[in-house]
Amino acid sequence: MESVIQSIRSSRAYSCLECGKCTASCPIARFNGAFSPRRVVAEAIERGGGEHLLADELLWECLTCGICELRCPTDVHFGALVRSLRAAAVERGFAGHPSHGGVLQSLMRMMTSPTLKQDRMWWVTEDLEVESRGEILYFVGCLPYFDDLFAPDLNLRSTDIARSTVQLLNAAGIKPVVDSNERCCGHDLLWTGDVENFRRLAEHNVAAIRETGATVVVTACAECAKTLRDVYPEWVGPLGFEVKHLSSLIVEHASSFRFKENTGKVTFQDPCRLSRHMGEVAAPRQAMGLVPGLELVEMLHSGVNAVCCGTSAWTNCGQTSRSIQAERLQEAGSTGAATLVTACPKCQIHFRCALSDGRADAENNMNIQDLSVLLASCL
Amino acid sequence: MARKKSPAGGKKKKEEFVPRIVVFACNWCSYAGADSAGVNRIQYSPHFRVIRTMCSGRVHPGFVLRAFEMGADGVLVSGCHIGDCHYIFGNERAVENYEKMKALVRTLGLEEGRIGLEWVSAAEGPRWGQVIDEFVERVRRLGPSPVGR
Ligand code: SF4
Ligand code: SF4
Ligand code: SF4
Ligand code: FES
Repeated sequence: MESVIQSIRSSRAYSCLECGKCTASCPIARFNGAFSPRRVVAEAIERGGGEHLLADELLWECLTCGICELRCPTDVHFGALVRSLRAAAVERGFAGHPSHGGVLQSLMRMMTSPTLKQDRMWWVTEDLEVESRGEILYFVGCLPYFDDLFAPDLNLRSTDIARSTVQLLNAAGIKPVVDSNERCCGHDLLWTGDVENFRRLAEHNVAAIRETGATVVVTACAECAKTLRDVYPEWVGPLGFEVKHLSSLIVEHASSFRFKENTGKVTFQDPCRLSRHMGEVAAPRQAMGLVPGLELVEMLHSGVNAVCCGTSAWTNCGQTSRSIQAERLQEAGSTGAATLVTACPKCQIHFRCALSDGRADAENNMNIQDLSVLLASCL
Repeated sequence: MARKKSPAGGKKKKEEFVPRIVVFACNWCSYAGADSAGVNRIQYSPHFRVIRTMCSGRVHPGFVLRAFEMGADGVLVSGCHIGDCHYIFGNERAVENYEKMKALVRTLGLEEGRIGLEWVSAAEGPRWGQVIDEFVERVRRLGPSPVGR
């Protein structure tokens, strides 16, 4: 693991001009005046990431959404800095405030156990064609667990995303591998400083995927895609398989789809991981463009400028998150679209949660739907 | 804690698996029920660690999974009988939480028998002993949790 001093160097924190653009563009700082990425950078340099900085509760507020990096004139990688400060903080016994009683963090850590035999395939209905070995693997992620946890309160079946994804792949003539031995990708452990358990999950998943013989891994989750494609190679070396978000795969196979007409009006929430982290802005839009009649209206902030869904890595969800979500939902509602489409299961959960607490008024009380579910409904 | 059977022919008799069990008990009924079992000198299994919460409704699925993560072989949640909760509907919350827990435990591949939800009142000392005995025996038969490293 990189030391804090090393990461100050590799994240280019030393090149900070203290211009404050990061703080001015940060969605957290907008609603929580105490938080300032500029100050975190300044203190990291000044004190070399000492105890004072690592003990700071505000370290856990950052969404790692990447807007500040985009605005920074000297290319400071704030996300990378936060990641390593958090890892150092965890080493010294500090931690953020996990949402939902820490249940998701426990799940992720339990999944590092090599002796675990999960029963995670119950969402595979008879109409779906899946294999246990083959060229293309569908990485499901934690969707079955999200159902267990959130279906009762949010009236949301996250595994609909999984079923829709397989339907879409089947429609393109692909029978994907779905591996019962798969574990959480570890994204949220990595971003909350539990790097040892992240490494275990990464090693397990890469070995499990190799065993299926897959050369392409497709996922409907922006965070899984980012983690598998960009982060795993840093930790476990060359993967030996390609990683794609479902939207790119659909665009590649565009000619195999004959979508039915849908005259709905939708707007799109670019997940941070897909847009700013991976640079995939076009693919989800092109995929929706394959549906005849579907009208996409953009929000004021879209593409790489999109605003985060307000919570990240199941940590420090609170008043600030709610304010970000309420404002974003208002922005979505003001487009006149009836549906807010997302391409990350967690964006959907967080927005649904924001809508369910009664703060949403009629104008932003919109339908929220995953890209895969929208597309599969037009098959 | 004995997790493995001793090799055949060892000088001690075959070691029995002793499960690690966490019991969450609400302050007003179940914890008092455990006290009453003690006062009445009820003889029952000592193989559990009890954690007192103000109400069974406080026991989030996160608490239960954390116990498994830390090496528990079984987790029991105990509160007041329905209608008797000192916070009126706390144990109804506990039922909702328990449903989520059951689903999570199943997807994780653990046996459903490793978790339990029971109602024990302050006056039910003997019943507390019986509930614990039954749960310890059930988990003992399931063997060690597959979550351990
Ligand atoms: S990554 Fe996002 S939340 Fe974190 S400091 Fe930068 S803009 Fe703010
Ligand atoms: S935007 Fe970049 S240069 Fe400006 S204060 Fe933030 S980190 Fe420093
Ligand atoms: S917004 Fe997300 S993290 Fe926050 S309480 Fe709702 S579901 Fe949990
Ligand atoms: S106080 Fe006993 S269950 Fe609520």
